[in-house]
Amino acid sequence: MKPAAFDYHRVDRVEDAVVRLAELGEDAKVLAGGQSLVPMMNFRLVRPPALVDITRIPDLRYIGRDGDALRIGALTLHREIETLTDPEIVRGYELLPRAARWVGHYPIRTRGTFGGSVAHADPSAEWCMLAVLLDATIVVTGPAGEREVPAAEFFLGFFTTALEPGELLVEVRFPRPRPHAALQEFARRHGDFAIVAAAVAVDVDGDRIADARIVVGGVDEVPLRIEEAERVLDGAAPGGEAFAEAGRVAAAAVDPSADVHGSADYRRELTAVLVRRALAEAIHTDRGSDGDGRG
Amino acid sequence: MAAGDGRLPVTDAEAAANGGRWVGRPIRRVEDARHLTGSASFVDDIRRPGLLSIAVVRSPHGAARIIGIDTAAALETPGVRHVITADDLGDLERLVPRLDRPEFVAVEMPLLAGDRVRHSGEPIALVVAETPHGAEDGAERVAVEYDPGPAVMSIDGALAGGAPTVHDEGNVLLDVDFHDDAGLDAALHDAAFVLEETFDSARLTALPMEGRACLAEWDDRDQRLTLWTSTQVPHLVRTTVAALLRMPEHRLRVVAPDVGGGFGQKCVVAREEALTCVAARIAGGPVKWVEDRQENLVSGYQGHEQRFHVRAGFDTDGRITAVAADILCDVGAYSTHPFTCGVEPLMAATELLGPYAVRCYRARARAVASNKAPMAPYRGVSRPQMVLAMERLLQKAALRLDLDPVEIRRRNLIPQDAFPWTGPAGLVIDRGSYHEALETCADALDTKAFADRRRAARDEGRLLGLGIACFAERTGYGTEAFNQRKMVVTPGYDSALARMDPSGGVTVYVGTSGHGQGHLTTLAQVAADRLGLDPTAIEVRQSDTDATPYGWGTFASRSMVVGGGATHRAAGALADRLRRLAAHLLEAAPDDVDLRDGGAVVRGSPDRRLAFADLARVAYLEAQKLPAGEAPGLEEHASFDPPGTFSNATHGCIVEVDPDTGAVAIERYVVAEDCGVMINPAIVEGQVRGGVAQGIAAALYEELIYSDDGQLQTASLMDYLVPTAAEIPAVEIHHLETPSEFSETGAKGMGEGGTMGAPACVATAVADALAHLGVEVDRLPIRPDRLLAAMRAARDTEGSPAR
Amino acid sequence: MSDVHLIAITVNGTRHEVAVEARRTLADVLRHDLGHTGTHLGCEHGICGACTVLVDGQPTRSCLVFGVQADDAEVETVEGLAGADGALNPLQDAFGSHHALQCGFCTPGFLMLATALLRENPDPTDDEIREAMASNICRCTGYQSILEAVRAAADGAAEPAAP
Repeated sequence: MKPAAFDYHRVDRVEDAVVRLAELGEDAKVLAGGQSLVPMMNFRLVRPPALVDITRIPDLRYIGRDGDALRIGALTLHREIETLTDPEIVRGYELLPRAARWVGHYPIRTRGTFGGSVAHADPSAEWCMLAVLLDATIVVTGPAGEREVPAAEFFLGFFTTALEPGELLVEVRFPRPRPHAALQEFARRHGDFAIVAAAVAVDVDGDRIADARIVVGGVDEVPLRIEEAERVLDGAAPGGEAFAEAGRVAAAAVDPSADVHGSADYRRELTAVLVRRALAEAIHTDRGSDGDGRG
Repeated sequence: MAAGDGRLPVTDAEAAANGGRWVGRPIRRVEDARHLTGSASFVDDIRRPGLLSIAVVRSPHGAARIIGIDTAAALETPGVRHVITADDLGDLERLVPRLDRPEFVAVEMPLLAGDRVRHSGEPIALVVAETPHGAEDGAERVAVEYDPGPAVMSIDGALAGGAPTVHDEGNVLLDVDFHDDAGLDAALHDAAFVLEETFDSARLTALPMEGRACLAEWDDRDQRLTLWTSTQVPHLVRTTVAALLRMPEHRLRVVAPDVGGGFGQKCVVAREEALTCVAARIAGGPVKWVEDRQENLVSGYQGHEQRFHVRAGFDTDGRITAVAADILCDVGAYSTHPFTCGVEPLMAATELLGPYAVRCYRARARAVASNKAPMAPYRGVSRPQMVLAMERLLQKAALRLDLDPVEIRRRNLIPQDAFPWTGPAGLVIDRGSYHEALETCADALDTKAFADRRRAARDEGRLLGLGIACFAERTGYGTEAFNQRKMVVTPGYDSALARMDPSGGVTVYVGTSGHGQGHLTTLAQVAADRLGLDPTAIEVRQSDTDATPYGWGTFASRSMVVGGGATHRAAGALADRLRRLAAHLLEAAPDDVDLRDGGAVVRGSPDRRLAFADLARVAYLEAQKLPAGEAPGLEEHASFDPPGTFSNATHGCIVEVDPDTGAVAIERYVVAEDCGVMINPAIVEGQVRGGVAQGIAAALYEELIYSDDGQLQTASLMDYLVPTAAEIPAVEIHHLETPSEFSETGAKGMGEGGTMGAPACVATAVADALAHLGVEVDRLPIRPDRLLAAMRAARDTEGSPAR
Repeated sequence: MSDVHLIAITVNGTRHEVAVEARRTLADVLRHDLGHTGTHLGCEHGICGACTVLVDGQPTRSCLVFGVQADDAEVETVEGLAGADGALNPLQDAFGSHHALQCGFCTPGFLMLATALLRENPDPTDDEIREAMASNICRCTGYQSILEAVRAAADGAAEPAAP
């Protein structure tokens, strides 16, 4: 399984990447971690005539706080998120290091990048789901300069984003911490892409839930926010009944496809279970309990 | 390098307690050093000057006519040197795997498709290029015009009236009324109750970590062809490929270098082995074909897709009184050589009753063709499927009679004093420890306490289940056993040549062909005990048809019994010769001479000793000193041909089913096994664990899924789910030892047992966890989506037996 | 031949300059351009891990990295684990003494994976070992002996290498 021939370009500045991509035309692809792109090239499912290797651009590897906001440079490795412990940076965003452990396997995480995963836009990928869940802003640069795309508008379909030809994703910015947040996944084997995944975030206002967010992956072409289930939770008392009801409503709201890994009905069942379990976990996560998110 | 036990410190006292023997000790493997340091040599590691690469153009369709093949664009691809189609192969012999029985339908397996393709992945053309990259570029540009047709993609589809035909001869390639006891219908009629069930197992692929690979090179000077190939059966490949190429067999040398696993996928002759040789002649230089993983999944030989319709009669005590079985195997588009598509149905029919004392039996077995890749014997070969059937039948009967699962097996296992047992179809099972293994496994799992534990768990909303599987593992078959199959070649015996060179060094050449089993170590252990040598002083060589005597390679759990038997005899004959020579030179009687510590010594007179080097010097270089009538040199050839011998085991496990997702987790897995005398316990345990892992994979994860039009939908490791260390539990192993009367060392084979017991063990455990819901588990793999659907559909049955 | 680049790559401490076609993976370059055939290809789509090497100290699937990307990188492969005198290192020795290999095809990948794990986490829990070793596929051993070998290497309890 050898890839088709291509021309290789390497740049070490963002500006050069933009210029080179413009020169090469829209069939050229950006090479970051390669953990998603190169297998597809080895299968000859994609055959870009040119690759622009951006992995040596130093300016794109960072994780930092900007007040409440968390800013993650596109070339930040999954592993760097996984091992993020600095309380100044991670406080309120502990879901991200927890979620990182779901991303593939250890050697994938030492090479694959946060931005690469978001740009690849697999609807059950952890970072894509969390970007939608936490209202992230995707920062993009291109020939027309820099622009910001809300996550809700960034994912357009399977492996399809709002990136225009020649544009480069440079940062993902999360606006505010959501301490009560959790991710639950179900897969046949450890490390596989989830069949279904549920990411939830809630605020707890006194003894009531507020501002619930529920995003499910693996049931649609994009990470799917399920507002009907969110409405069930708003103002509800946190507890098994509310969580189970949210799960049921979420399951009824999705219209998944079948594939070799699971039927459509099964994906609906998993939606209900994983939303319920994620909510149960999210309620406690501000106390630092380390739910491992296994579905 | 001094030898030492890997895990057990060996003191002189321990060695003495073991009788000074090497057999039975878990010594480290001599094979390991090359693998641990990256200096092994697999086919794709071999460097030859001017080596070209082959990419195979393969059918994307399950069933199609080939209208035309246009190679022009491929030939113009940079780096491409040749494109070879069926028309370019020259005058080759046809490959027609065959059984000499009237119920068998022989069909040709084309090396390269002519006017028809019958499975996706079927080879159509070879592209030979300077690099594998260029060869793939060229292969993409071979333009084949197809007229696709309807594909046969299931047993039901194949047998339906008006079904398309895979072959002009029809879709049933073997239909055997294997056995039919006259009293069977009466026995079923008189039974207290009859269970009528259907069991289905999915199509699997062996998935060795190294796919198949060949490198062929013609030597102009010697007028000989050398084929390096990732095979389990080098001599068989030589015989077959030489015949196909119409060349004298002695001009072909076949070498299996390091081989990265086989599990049966490589115990048949691959089309590509002959094709690579033809390509080497056409190209005028060395060429290689290295299968990639996608190819291996799509076109590598597959197996285990079987359906058993079984009726079993029981008496009121839960004893099986009669079994009638109709067995169907989906054998894919072609027979493979030499075992043919008959191997699965015939093994299923022959051995279905397993270790159970059933006296009345009927079996019909059919090989049903489909437009899928051909079947070859994958580890376990029908035993995993038949054990599933028998163990689930016993479980269902036990449930009906409110019998403990261990008790119903006690009542049905062949009684300990009834060995050798001759089954209704004439299969003879030699002595084992069937009851002891069952009790050992049951005690280890504390099965008596389990019902309470299951009930308590259910009160907490948790679903725990206990599974058990007992089986007989047929191993070490010789000529007579294989002769029953009526193959065109009859495997069975094996050969060894034990040679001491003039310096006193010993090499044993054996016709088996290890590919992970540690033969270079275990056969050395066997020879070491005969010769009074440290095993590291004995070199074992296999897998080179220029060096070793004719042998059948390694498959069907044969090597320690048959190869080990030949080794034992050859080394023993060499030992006798050394004793005779030493006796002559030391003026003693041969019976008074012992071989010990690398020399020959007169018992009781330690000063009357000659080192092997001294004896060898005489034998080769000072022949004037030989006794009258003794030939010069020191080498002995021997063969061994046993009837076969059965290992036995009981597997037990505890599983938990997640009531919300249908996921199954294995909490504990226990094996109580008896493979006779263990040559090397560490290697035995490795085989058990590896086999159990593949069996668990078959129970819960792996399945080749085809679309209705013949496309493999699980064509990557993302979709064909080989389990990882996170899915496979630790296996607790208890050893029993019933030495075989039919092997030289008392060893029995045991390479496949893990795969035989695990699917049934896991299936019965899941069924046990869900029995209160009336959920049956009669189909593998157990997928969480299907299990959850079954749980939802079932109701908690009122009036089910108190549990 | 299409796009060819001259790269400098250090493998097991030795620097090499080699001209490689852009589409050749690091695995291809190691195996066929540099003759280090210890790294194996089991799937070429990043699942089996037989191709695992260390790149700048990180465990990496060499089938998913192009050789040109390893320009100026420090690569470690299985051939670099043993001592200069050929003595097995404690991890290799632990694999041998625990029967953690059978056909050997996956072994270099597991050795490099375990090397990376133990460098980063010299005292892993059993769960951490299992989690990390679940990155690679073995078809022969059933994994238990591999986990035990890594445990033993971490504990420093490996059998001394036989002389």
